Amino acid sequence: METAVFLLFALLALASALVVVAHRNPIYSLMSMVLTLFSVAVLFVLLGAPFIAALQVLIYAGAILVLFLFVVMLLNLQREESPGGQPAQRWAAVLGAGLFGGMLATLFWRTYRETPAAPLSERLVSLHALARALFEELLLPFEIVGLLLLVAVVAATILARRPHVPPETEAEP
Amino acid sequence: MTAVPVSWYLLLAGVLFAIGTAGALTRRNGIAIFLSIELMLNAGNLALVAYSRLWDDHTGQLVVFFVMAVAAAEAAVGLALFIAIYRQRRTIDINRINLMRW
Amino acid sequence: MAVMLGVMFNVAPIMNWVERRAAGLIQDRPGPNRVGPLGLFQPLADAVKFLFKEDVTPAAADRPLYLMAPALALLPAFSTYTVIPFGPDLLIDGRTVRLVVADVEAGVLLFLALSSLGVYSMVIAGYASNNKFSLLAGLRASAQMVSYELALTIAVVAALMPVGSFHLGDVVEYQRQHLWNGLTQPIGFLVFVVCAFAETNRLPFDMAEAESELIAGFHTEYSSMRFAAFFMAEYTSMAALSALGVTLYLGGWSLPGVDLGGWAGAALGLAVLLAKVALCMGVYVWVRWSVPRFRYDQLMRLGWKVLLPLALVNLVLVAAMTLAGWL
Repeated sequence: METAVFLLFALLALASALVVVAHRNPIYSLMSMVLTLFSVAVLFVLLGAPFIAALQVLIYAGAILVLFLFVVMLLNLQREESPGGQPAQRWAAVLGAGLFGGMLATLFWRTYRETPAAPLSERLVSLHALARALFEELLLPFEIVGLLLLVAVVAATILARRPHVPPETEAEP
Repeated sequence: MTAVPVSWYLLLAGVLFAIGTAGALTRRNGIAIFLSIELMLNAGNLALVAYSRLWDDHTGQLVVFFVMAVAAAEAAVGLALFIAIYRQRRTIDINRINLMRW
Repeated sequence: MAVMLGVMFNVAPIMNWVERRAAGLIQDRPGPNRVGPLGLFQPLADAVKFLFKEDVTPAAADRPLYLMAPALALLPAFSTYTVIPFGPDLLIDGRTVRLVVADVEAGVLLFLALSSLGVYSMVIAGYASNNKFSLLAGLRASAQMVSYELALTIAVVAALMPVGSFHLGDVVEYQRQHLWNGLTQPIGFLVFVVCAFAETNRLPFDMAEAESELIAGFHTEYSSMRFAAFFMAEYTSMAALSALGVTLYLGGWSLPGVDLGGWAGAALGLAVLLAKVALCMGVYVWVRWSVPRFRYDQLMRLGWKVLLPLALVNLVLVAAMTLAGWL
């Protein structure tokens, strides 16, 4: 059962990831990205991280990609304009990425094939344990990330604002 | 024990990362490149969660939390940049945004 | 489970009737009254009409996306119900059964995550229709939903804070022992209600439809059952958000002073929950016909400059009160 779910969503993730990368229409890329994110979220649940899965859908699919969609529609980007670099360049890029990914995957596979997973513990799944770790051990990084987000909001507002017109209420993250 | 070995998840993460890399290198549309990078980030997240499962340590999950927050910040600034660039040059094709290149 | 399903599928037709009759009432006109007693069978007639209408796809539409959008609208609307608890724990054959379809710890998060996917259907419908009004509506929808989701989420977090759990069952349990959250957190409740209107695209915030400006907004080009799907999704997500609001702020399935166990308690719990949700739906309709539509810039200003700060203030207040032990 679990294997079937894994295979289904792993394949779904792979297929939609390919569409993300290959489709020339940004809207289609975006929508299949949503599918990828959703499949990966299901895999997170299988791995015993329901909290991360919910966050993935809520933050990534629900907010970040909506923002992408907003920008794509605002700029009305239809298809890519220039045909890219020389074909050789493209093939080199694909080949390089494939080689790199292949090596990475082989490495992962070789190293951890034998390592058995620890039994799923309450500590891993429980929200309370996660929250404790987040607000005790990792409090400083947490605050820094908060600050980073604030800076990003300010930066985005300034960047996207039209110069020399009274500031409009623009939709910013 | 899970029915699915954790190494399978890692394998998948590796392949997803490669797909993302290929996309980031070959696409010319700014948004598409951005999406490819998000894909790479997500592959990394998957690997992190898989590790956290492997060693029964939730630090991996917490790192994913931070990655998501940073990705949100990155998306906000990046998209704002695209809007600003588009206003000036009417394109976000990175081959045509070559003002800084010599 | 079966009951929930029944409720879910019947919300739309019932609401269709309620809305039109109430509109008539408020505007001092009869409303639909020809089909059956009090016009009760009007939704049936409408359903038949929808089924037999021609399904038109505009020639310039982006076909795959155009066909996908209505399905995308229904999916989050229906799946969010699964985390709403609808009765006390039940003992069957010595096992405790919690009366909720999906008994997950991060129930609230799951609800928010799923409902946040609802915006895609509107944006995609707007884009795929290849109609400038639809496109504008899609743009409006995406900005509006993301903006109001923020305040909504912060209000929800404040409601969870005294409870100390993401599980909606615990939230109801907490409110049975203490005051309802709606009474202790009036600001949070207010923010939640306003955001709920915005999230479901109801008047006064139906910027994505705005029939006086954008014809019918994102579903201008849709006809037949596809249009009906959007219609259903709207009412269903209204009911889902009402159910969440009832559970978070108005005690969920519990009734103060009454404590029944076993099947009687379960039945009562369900009835109480439904009654409360029905009440909220009534408020939705009432507000729709009473308040004029906002302008788009006003909408954004309200979301970012009023509701978000209010939600944050509420969060800090509730946190302080929780720390002080008043809640």
